Amino acid sequence: MKTFDLETDTVRVVNATLHAPEGEMEFQIRNPRGAHALAVGLYAPLRVTVRGHAGYYCAGMNQLATVVVEGNAGTGVGENMMSGLVHVRGNASQSAGATAHGGLLVIDGDASARCGISMKGVDIVVKGSVGHMSAFMGQAGNLVVCGDAGEALGDSVYEARLFVRGRVAGLGADCVEKEMRAEHLEWLAAALERAGASFRPEDFRRYGSARNLYTFKIDNAARY
Amino acid sequence: MKPGLRESYLFDRNIIHEIQRAADTGIYDIRGWGAKRWMPHFDDLVFLGASMSRYPLEGYRETCATNVTLGTRFAKKPLELKIPITIAGMSFGALSAQAKEALGRGASEMGTSTTTGDGGMTPEERGQSRHLVYQYLPSRYGMNPDDLRKADAIEIVLGQGAKPGGGGMLLGQKISDRVAEMRTLPKGIDQRSACRHPDWTGPDDLAIKIEELREITDWEKPIYIKIGASRTYYDVQLAVKAGADVVVLDGMQGGTGATQDVFIEHVGIPTLPALRQAVEALQELDMHRKVQLIVSGGIRSGADVAKALALGADAVSIGTAALIALGCNHPKYQADYEKLGSAAGFFDDYQDGRDPAGISTQDPALSSRLDPVVAGRKLANYLRVLTLETQTLARACGKSHVHNLEPEDLAALTIEAAAMAKVPLAGTSWIPGVGSTI
Repeated sequence: MKTFDLETDTVRVVNATLHAPEGEMEFQIRNPRGAHALAVGLYAPLRVTVRGHAGYYCAGMNQLATVVVEGNAGTGVGENMMSGLVHVRGNASQSAGATAHGGLLVIDGDASARCGISMKGVDIVVKGSVGHMSAFMGQAGNLVVCGDAGEALGDSVYEARLFVRGRVAGLGADCVEKEMRAEHLEWLAAALERAGASFRPEDFRRYGSARNLYTFKIDNAARY
Repeated sequence: MKPGLRESYLFDRNIIHEIQRAADTGIYDIRGWGAKRWMPHFDDLVFLGASMSRYPLEGYRETCATNVTLGTRFAKKPLELKIPITIAGMSFGALSAQAKEALGRGASEMGTSTTTGDGGMTPEERGQSRHLVYQYLPSRYGMNPDDLRKADAIEIVLGQGAKPGGGGMLLGQKISDRVAEMRTLPKGIDQRSACRHPDWTGPDDLAIKIEELREITDWEKPIYIKIGASRTYYDVQLAVKAGADVVVLDGMQGGTGATQDVFIEHVGIPTLPALRQAVEALQELDMHRKVQLIVSGGIRSGADVAKALALGADAVSIGTAALIALGCNHPKYQADYEKLGSAAGFFDDYQDGRDPAGISTQDPALSSRLDPVVAGRKLANYLRVLTLETQTLARACGKSHVHNLEPEDLAALTIEAAAMAKVPLAGTSWIPGVGSTI
C-alpha cells in the first residue's frame, strides 16, 4: 500500500499518482484535513482510503475505484460517479452523489440537502437521514434512506426510485408514494446487504414520479 | 395598407397577434433564434481608418495575422486557433447529428473550435472537430469523465445571453431514442435543463469546482466560464477570481434553441455594453489578455468581429450565423416554411423539431436533407469571409494583427452606442458619462 500524507504531499501529487498508479492498487491518504478534490477522476479498480475528513467533491467522477472516507465528506462526494464504490463512514454534506450515473455510494451517517440531485443511474444508500430536496430531478437509479427525508423529497423526479424507512417531511412536485412490490423488496434487500445496512426491506416505503408533469400542460401551471 | 388606416404604435399588428394567440392557447410563446427587437449594436460604430496620423497596411500584400491562443493562464495545453472566430455551444438534441458534424467540419477546416451543448458529446462531433470545447452545464446530461478527457477545453456554463437566469428545455417531439439515451431520460417527454448547477453555489464554490475539473484532467484543459450578459462587470471579475482561463460573454442577442419569447426579449443586456464592461473588469484586475475574452451575441460579419476585437475581445463566437451558413432559413425551403406558417428569413421554430433545413430537428427524413460535408464547406466559406473582412478593416487601421485593433480606432454613430461602448460620438470627443464635452 502506498501512503500519501497531506502534511507534505499536495492534492496534485495524490491525483496524478492515482491517475497513473503504475501497478500499485492500494493507497491511503493521511491527514486529509478537509482537502478538496481528493481522489477525483480515478479510472482503475484501485482502493483508496482517506484517513479523516474530505472536502468538496471527494471521489468525483469515479470509475471502477473503491474510495473509502473514514470521516465526513464535504459537498458533492461522489458527484457524477460512473461506477465503483464510494463509502463515507461519517456524514456527507449537500449534493452527495449529484448527477451520478452508476456505481454505489454509501453514507453511514446522514446526508445533507439535495442528496442524489439529478442522479442518473447511481445507487445511493444513506444509513441515516437526508436533507431537503433530495433526489431533485432524479432521472434514474435508486436512493435508499434508512432514516428520515427532509422537505420536498423527489421534487420533479423522473425515473429515479426512492426508498425511505423513516418519516418523509414532504414530497416535492410530482413525487408520490408508490406500491412496494416484490421486485422492489428483492432489489432493496440486495442493496442493503451490499451497503452493510441491517434494516428490513419491509420497513421502507417507495416513492417516485407520478409522471403528470412530464409534458408541459397549461392546466398544470399552478403545480410548478 | 389603405390610407387612413393608422396602426397603433403601442398595439401594432404583432402585439395584437400575440394577444390573440395567447387568448387562444393559454400558453406563452416558446421559440428559437435570439432577440428580434432593435437595440444598440456594432452597427452603431464605425472604424476611422488610416489618415494623416495613421499608416495603413497594403491589402493582399502585408500580413495581418489572425491567430489566437486561448487558455494561457493555467492550462498546460491552451487552444491554438488560426482565426478568432469560434463556434458557440449548441446541443445535439437541439440540433441534428448532421448539423453538429457540419459545424465540426467547417470549424476544423478553418482551424478554429466548435463546442458541444446540453446533451453530451457525439462521436460525429468529436471525430470532425479538431478543437472541441466540452460544455459543463447544470443538467450534466451525458457528462462523463471519458469525454471530459477527450475534450480540448471545458466550458462551465452559468448562463446564456438569450436567457440569463433561465434553464433550458427540449420539447418532447425532439427526444429521439438516441437523444433520450444520451440524456438518461424517457423518450418523448419534455426535458428540463436546470438553471442552477446541482453541486455548487456562488463563486467560492465555483473555484473549488474548477479545481476538481482541473484535477480530473490533470490541469491540461483550459477552463472557460460562460456567462449571459447581465451584471457583466461583477460576473467577469468573479469568474476571474474563481480561476477561469477564459471568459465567454454572451450578449442579449445570442441565440437559443427553445426559450420563452418574453425571456429572450426582456432579460439581459446587449452585447455592446456588456463587452465594454467585461473589458473594464479585466483591465481593473490587470487580467486583460491574460484571461482571454470570447464574445458572442449578434456576430454576423467581419465588421462585427473587428469591432468586438477593437473593444477588447480576444475572440468571438457565432451560433445563429453559423446555422444560417449551414442552410437555415434558405429560400429553397420556402414552400416547407409556408406549410409551418413561417417563411424563409423568418423561421425561428427551432423548438418544434420540424426544421425543413434538417438542422434543428431529430426527424431522420428532415435531418438527412443536410449533407454534413456540403454544409461544413459552406460554414468554412462563411468563416473565411468573416476573416477576410476582419483583416480588411484591421489593415485599413494599420494593424498587422487583428488583436491590435483598439477602441481608439472607433467612433460611434449614436449617443447610446457612444455611452455603451465608451467611444466618442463621431465628429466629437464626447463620450457620454465619461466627462468630456462636445
